[in-house]
Amino acid sequence: MGLIGILLGLTLLIVLAYRSPEQNTPAAAATLVAVLFAATTAAQALAAEGGADRSPPRSGASTADHSKFPSLQGPFSSGPEVTAACLRCHTEGAKQIHDSIHWTWEYAHPRTGQQLGKRHVINNYCGSVATNYARCSSCHVGFGWDDADFDFGDENSVDCLACHDTTGDYTKSPTGAGHPTEATVADLARIAQHVGKSTRASCGSCHFYGGGGDGVKHGDLDSSLIQPPKTLDVHMAADSLDFSCSTCHEFIAHRQQGSRYLVKTDAQGRIAIPGRDSERPACESCHGRAPHASGIGDTLNQHVERIACQTCHIPSFSRGGVPTMLWWDWSEAGHLDADGKPFKLEENGRVVYNSAKGALRWGEDLIPEYRWFNGTVRYTLVGDAIDPETVVALNHLDGGPDDPAARIWPFKVMQGVQPYDVEHKTLVVKHLFGDTDAAFWKGFDRDAAIRAGMEGAMQAGESPVAYSGSHDFVRTEMFWSLNHMVAPANQSLDCADCHSPEGRMDGLTGVYLPGRDSHPQVDRIGGLVIAATLLGVLLHGLGRFLMARRARART
Amino acid sequence: MTTRVKLYTGFIRFWHWTQAALIFGLLFTGFAIYGIHHLMPFGTALEVHLALAWLLIGLWAFAIFWHVTTGQWRQYLPTTRGLLPMVLYYAYGIFSGEPKPFTVTPAARHNPLQRLAYLGFKLLIAPALWVSGLLLMFVGAWKTSLLGDWLQPDWVAAAHLAAAYALVVFLIGHVYMAATTGTPWNAYLKAMLTGYQEVKDSNGKPG
Repeated sequence: MGLIGILLGLTLLIVLAYRSPEQNTPAAAATLVAVLFAATTAAQALAAEGGADRSPPRSGASTADHSKFPSLQGPFSSGPEVTAACLRCHTEGAKQIHDSIHWTWEYAHPRTGQQLGKRHVINNYCGSVATNYARCSSCHVGFGWDDADFDFGDENSVDCLACHDTTGDYTKSPTGAGHPTEATVADLARIAQHVGKSTRASCGSCHFYGGGGDGVKHGDLDSSLIQPPKTLDVHMAADSLDFSCSTCHEFIAHRQQGSRYLVKTDAQGRIAIPGRDSERPACESCHGRAPHASGIGDTLNQHVERIACQTCHIPSFSRGGVPTMLWWDWSEAGHLDADGKPFKLEENGRVVYNSAKGALRWGEDLIPEYRWFNGTVRYTLVGDAIDPETVVALNHLDGGPDDPAARIWPFKVMQGVQPYDVEHKTLVVKHLFGDTDAAFWKGFDRDAAIRAGMEGAMQAGESPVAYSGSHDFVRTEMFWSLNHMVAPANQSLDCADCHSPEGRMDGLTGVYLPGRDSHPQVDRIGGLVIAATLLGVLLHGLGRFLMARRARART
Repeated sequence: MTTRVKLYTGFIRFWHWTQAALIFGLLFTGFAIYGIHHLMPFGTALEVHLALAWLLIGLWAFAIFWHVTTGQWRQYLPTTRGLLPMVLYYAYGIFSGEPKPFTVTPAARHNPLQRLAYLGFKLLIAPALWVSGLLLMFVGAWKTSLLGDWLQPDWVAAAHLAAAYALVVFLIGHVYMAATTGTPWNAYLKAMLTGYQEVKDSNGKPG
């Protein structure tokens, strides 16, 4: 029917075109309008008809149905076999991965020159990757990284499914050096036939579980973000924008935008456009530098200069119902029960003691701490000297109030107690996971674990020295910038959350904050003068009043 | 004998009372921003404060134009003639009901003491408030410029606050003097409302 409409419209148009040009009268114009109307209606009808026998277009709909690919029919007996099949078509895929931080776990910091990345940094959760490879690499986009000699050049060792599984059934063994579980291996053909773009769930299978469990590490990344309500994350909520991680952390040749080591704090607000350098994942990439209604004084937009968007728009973290870890005391690790067995204690469903880990504290719906930050993070690495008398910052945030590139950012601060080498005054690597008794989680011998850890770290080039033989414990803290769980605008901070005494900016120096800061001397002098004036006026008035009454009484 | 003299034209009264309302609003919201009271949320107080400030700037622009074009600015020229008697009057004579040593006329509405007080307000307090206030309003524009190298935002805020306290001092004195020291006591207040004042014509020539 739609087709008939269009033909009719075209015929009319042709008839109209054959009329002599001088007859370009209002009548002709009216005819033209009528024709256009008919054509539009017809086109709409056509579209509606077509829609009935076609499935609605899906975003990211692919032209390839992987289930029809002969090379993916299986059966597969291991992860690398699947990868070999993938690489038959995606010839450059493994090479691109080999060039990405997801594979190398290395990051050469362009500003500080520090060699960072998970392979090199130390944290106050489990600590270090060195000597614990087979456990840690359960979150590596590869197979078989179980010691320092892993072949980073092997293409078949790349794990495509870790990110591209869409079934949700691909599971890497927690202790299998990145290899999938047995149940997953049995299902590899089906999983391989259903690959697709990464999702919140596939990225989250590692990033939501950092630190050894759901929500443990970050505070703004946990399983509540797989299907978040709008109040939890305005960007990722299915009934809102339904962003996946890669919507902002745009991947180009398998390398993503966004780094925890060099945070984009000064993005100039350019929207990602093909052919241009991408500024993502900064908020400003999409929202620009003046996202607020200007109002009378453009007050909110003036905040953009010195305050990160996250500061006001992430009012609290870990607010999706999953607690995050706040304290990890390794000095308590290793206590065993009466039978000499490791044990766990729970409070409110949270593990507060674990022989393998020590004493733990948790929190939910937490107020961030705020610091000046210009995007550069410096790490205290294993070989670096520490002062055990202080709380050692495992990472240091560059920037202060006088640094024009620095803004006030929200952080989760992870605190803990961890071992250090008393002689060398350096942090130590703990060998936690392994088959021998030197592994702490098997032998529960602290000294043996540190000795093996430092031995391995030295061999891997992570530490210049071995264990001196004597260790003690030091307080440490680590800063985790908060960028996710952005709340809807009406839940962002209120002015008075910061512009008040003992507000959120309490203790943040280097900035004059109306409502928080006062001028005691001006107040004192001003108050005195005002009080004196009031008193003077009162006495003067009283004097007049009394004198007038006396005068009246006399007459 | 007294004569009913028109002292305050419609514009003067409009200007005076609008200014008064704006100033009280600015003080109220300003002290809410500073945190002296919490009768208004910070954000609302700031928005209202800025709105009132712009209105007052507009009013002042009109008033300055009016003063210049009408020559009324001469009303504020300071003089020492008759200053001492005025001081003595307020310090002593007023208590025993002595007549005021000054007769108001439309050409000279302010006694010498008034002239000094109003001139101080116009030349010291108000400009201090405006300059510091505008600097605070546009702090983002100059903080990273040359000016920002030697001027700290908190100093500007301190100056704004000090000027606000000075304004309060002025207001206390002004309200007391203007609202209670006439004959009868509320005569001046009435005059600023109606525009007319009963003026003693003891020296014979009004105006």
